[in-house]
Amino acid sequence: MATKVVERKPLSIWERSYLPQIVGGLKITFKNMFKPTVTLEYPEERPEIPPGYRGVPTLVRDPNGREKCVSCQLCEFVCPPKAIRITPGEIPEESESRHVEKGPQEFEINMLRCIYCGLCQEVCPEEAIWLQDIYSFTGYSREEMVNDKQKLYELGGTLPDPYYKWDRKKQAELEGNPHH
Amino acid sequence: MSDQPDNLITINLNGKDVQVEPGLNIIEAASRFGIEVPHYCYHPHLSVPGNCRMCLVEMGMPGKDRATGEPMLNDDGSPKIMWVPKPVIACATKIAPGMHVSTESDVVQKCREGVMEFLLVNHPLDCPICDQAGECRLQEFATDYGRGHSRFVERKNVKPKRTRIGPRVMLDDERCILCSRCIRFCNEFIGKPILGFTERGSYSTLTTFPGKELDDNYSLNTVDICPVGALTSTDFRFKMRVWFLKETDSIDTESSVGCNTIVGSREGKIHRITPRRNDEVNDTWMPDSGRMLYKQVEADDRLTAYSIAGKPCSGEEAVKAAAELLLQGQGKVAVVGSGRLSVEEQFLLRKISEVLQSAPTYAVARYGEADGKLISADRNPNVRGALLTGMIGNLPEEQLEDLRKKLESGEVTHLLAVGEDLAEAGIPAELLKQAQVVYIGTRHCDTCQHSKIELPLLTVFEKSGTFVNQQFRLQKFNQAVPGPAGTLFGLSTFTKLYAALTGESPYAPSPAAIWTHMAEEIAEFSGLRYQDIPKTGKVLDGSRFDKLPFREGASLHFTPAAETANA
Amino acid sequence: MDFILENPLILALIKSLLVVGVVMGMAAYAVLAERKVCGWIQGRPGPNRTKLPLLGDLPIIGPFLTRLGIFQPMADGLKFLVKEEPTPGHVKRFYYVLAPIVSFIPAMTTMTVLPFGLWKTADGVQPLVLANIDIGILFILAVSSLGVYGIILAGWASNSKYPFLGGIRASAQMISYELAMGLSLLPVFMWFAPETGGSLNLFNIVQAQGNHYWNVIPQWTVFFQPLGALIFLVSLFAETNRAPFDMPESETDLVAGFNTEYGAFKFGLFFLGEYTHIIIGSGVFVALFLGGWNLPWIGLPAGILGAVLSVLVFLVKTCALIFLFIWVRWTLPRFRYDQVMNLGWKKLLPLAVANFVLYLILIALIES
Repeated sequence: MATKVVERKPLSIWERSYLPQIVGGLKITFKNMFKPTVTLEYPEERPEIPPGYRGVPTLVRDPNGREKCVSCQLCEFVCPPKAIRITPGEIPEESESRHVEKGPQEFEINMLRCIYCGLCQEVCPEEAIWLQDIYSFTGYSREEMVNDKQKLYELGGTLPDPYYKWDRKKQAELEGNPHH
Repeated sequence: MSDQPDNLITINLNGKDVQVEPGLNIIEAASRFGIEVPHYCYHPHLSVPGNCRMCLVEMGMPGKDRATGEPMLNDDGSPKIMWVPKPVIACATKIAPGMHVSTESDVVQKCREGVMEFLLVNHPLDCPICDQAGECRLQEFATDYGRGHSRFVERKNVKPKRTRIGPRVMLDDERCILCSRCIRFCNEFIGKPILGFTERGSYSTLTTFPGKELDDNYSLNTVDICPVGALTSTDFRFKMRVWFLKETDSIDTESSVGCNTIVGSREGKIHRITPRRNDEVNDTWMPDSGRMLYKQVEADDRLTAYSIAGKPCSGEEAVKAAAELLLQGQGKVAVVGSGRLSVEEQFLLRKISEVLQSAPTYAVARYGEADGKLISADRNPNVRGALLTGMIGNLPEEQLEDLRKKLESGEVTHLLAVGEDLAEAGIPAELLKQAQVVYIGTRHCDTCQHSKIELPLLTVFEKSGTFVNQQFRLQKFNQAVPGPAGTLFGLSTFTKLYAALTGESPYAPSPAAIWTHMAEEIAEFSGLRYQDIPKTGKVLDGSRFDKLPFREGASLHFTPAAETANA
Repeated sequence: MDFILENPLILALIKSLLVVGVVMGMAAYAVLAERKVCGWIQGRPGPNRTKLPLLGDLPIIGPFLTRLGIFQPMADGLKFLVKEEPTPGHVKRFYYVLAPIVSFIPAMTTMTVLPFGLWKTADGVQPLVLANIDIGILFILAVSSLGVYGIILAGWASNSKYPFLGGIRASAQMISYELAMGLSLLPVFMWFAPETGGSLNLFNIVQAQGNHYWNVIPQWTVFFQPLGALIFLVSLFAETNRAPFDMPESETDLVAGFNTEYGAFKFGLFFLGEYTHIIIGSGVFVALFLGGWNLPWIGLPAGILGAVLSVLVFLVKTCALIFLFIWVRWTLPRFRYDQVMNLGWKKLLPLAVANFVLYLILIALIES
């Protein structure tokens, strides 16, 4: 590699006294004192959460109120710190979403383990698990930090669904075989 | 390669000459060399229908001049290959000398892609809820050979999703790819043509014969061989995804056939048992009843804690107390072992009974009806092990008349019952009450109520060891899940008891360590090491017991010695 | 009432309590100022949460004072008082407890000889000072350098490595800079010898600075001895252990230096001592170089109004200097230890000697 010799001008006595630099520094800090603050007064002011933010993972329902999770357990498999624990179950016969067949009986995310990597959201084939905009999640005990299914749906709420995959499937079932 | 048979034939596989035994089809021949030919309908233990078309390969033979019979040669002198103009199915094509096979050519790739596309046209996108996901051939081949996207814009076919075709089997018709493996299994193995296709074309549906259902004791094998998730087990349905299951090699303990199994467990909980291929014992099948045996691990009557006179205690205390109690009755002790214990446990029990100078050790026989397939009449998995180790000298009885008499006469005052309920084996309660009983068992039973000391015994899923099946085949099983919390590990209940009785501890509580002792003492085991026992088992010399009237009749891969002699 | 005012002992007591109160209050608010100014320089608001129940609830004023952090020092002080006071097991207990006291008392003592105003009556001019002694500046130099013993003692008594290193650095630094400091002061006293009669009394020095040359230029020392003022200021920074000379503390490499093992009230004493040092140091600089309570071209009126005005002027100048201390701290990075030694011995000391010789010749020339 070619080396380039940089010419360095020798410092004058005045410069070597360090005083001009001190004065320069003092000028800058003095100017800074009158600039507006850049901080956020946290509990009253809240940061604006950018889209795609990875907050607390939650479970969501589709606009018709159907729980989207079918407990395929891919998130449980992919979760690097093993924070997710699902007990799969069959959807009872009398349920409206009976045609989905499978749903989580219990769904737990241990927020003490979660590292907010978002792999669960990425892997979910049903778009049922979302890392939404909750950025401060606290509790007083270990138990409190384990989100169960009910809590996860409370936090998650409802998200729009572009496909309605299962509803279309149910409709097809009702309409019968298209092949003639 | 001196041990290779000399009748090998040479075929050319993907441009490479290989030697393989004759009589195989192309799928089997290719698999010998690590080449997988994808297939759905073909199954090594069923007939070949050739209806899935997934295994298409290109095949050709060296050409011969019709007039002269001379081999046709290329310009460079190599034999000219007359390729079959269309691909052939590898499952139904037997290899022949000089055959050229191409499993990776462009034509083959195009064929697979096309077949996959047709199969996936009506296949539902059920993978997230499908129990087969993770071990689904359709999933695997779709990733390997599929297009990756669908050109099918019409609506998919609709078929019934939840049909109960048997007490243990559910059918999802939409997922079915009409490979007919389950139909052939019923026809050929069960011998009852229960299943069949009705309708035609895209309406084709798998159904049971009207008024019948798939309730045979081998029905769950259809679930195993179903290449997709069309047939699912009611017991395992929606319980756990297969990729979480830790697979452990085990043995079916319900009879002396000793089907090879795989135990699927996750975090100490067993979720299912499936058969493991062993072409000399059970092929790829196993009975449904054997698949439910894992429930004994978490059964309600499972004995999980040590106790002395009804008071809970630690394992060490219980062993020490048991040794003291048994030593008090030295000379008047009877040991009742079991044909359900592993070979190692039976050996240690023999050693313990020798220390106690007990009468000949008893065992309890269990007999049931043999089905001629994979359930034999002897319902103890390891009676031959008990004979080989010398725990018992003769075939066991169902009722312990001899022991009852000895108890009545006072010849026996102390009892060590291992894995057997004495009350069930014909010892009345009042006799048990008088005797000093140490009970080591997996479950609470009537004997427990009269026993002074109780020690939990590990089930077959919680320990490693060996069984000897009806063929005198020594088969290994491995520990799948840990025992109940607080119980002694592996063989240590027995080694510690031996140590407490004698004051010395020559035996380490691992099967490998016990095997070094057994190989020295038992002629049939000499030269054997635990770690050398192959996965498919090792047949031992059982000629020492030729005279014994074993009750087993003929079953899959087994002909009784008596019948062989007659024939 | 007359009895009280006429009894010199009681009068002295009241005066000293007043002075101590003011200085302590200033120290407390200097801490607040430090945090506020630091915040502003760094683009933060600084402490703005602490609120007194009644005063903080007043409309407009309450929130304003709260946001200014006016109540923060009370919370800080209360915290130092009520915190649990742990003593590590490995310390030398007696000296460990003694150290903060040794560091705090000299800081408070120096204030006694510092004049902070004047009282003009018909009989003449009275200095407002606790002890108007003739050797004022010597007393200040002598007592304030005792403060370093507290730091050395803390470093040694803590019996652990970071405080030990902090103590060593403090002692070396003190010795190095005291020389330059003393030498930079000599020309000041020589310069005013005609007015003061060669006295070392601080009040006389301040009074002498009230005159004007040719009735135009105020006779403040800083105008005609800038180099001396600079040397004194730099030495003052070093003597008070302020950034960029906070070697003994240097939280980044020595954790917290000599006070690593201290907490709660004992740490509070160190803390208060440091800020008292800054206030007294600023006061001395104001008295010696910035004309004390003198205003250029304006004479102070006689009587109580003049007294109050003089004190105010003195305080304003002192506060400006405290601000400079804070400002510099949040501007300059800390020197390396060898750089500190280098500057003290190889730069400031020769410079101070040169300064001294220069003014010696100059004064001799003027007088002849």
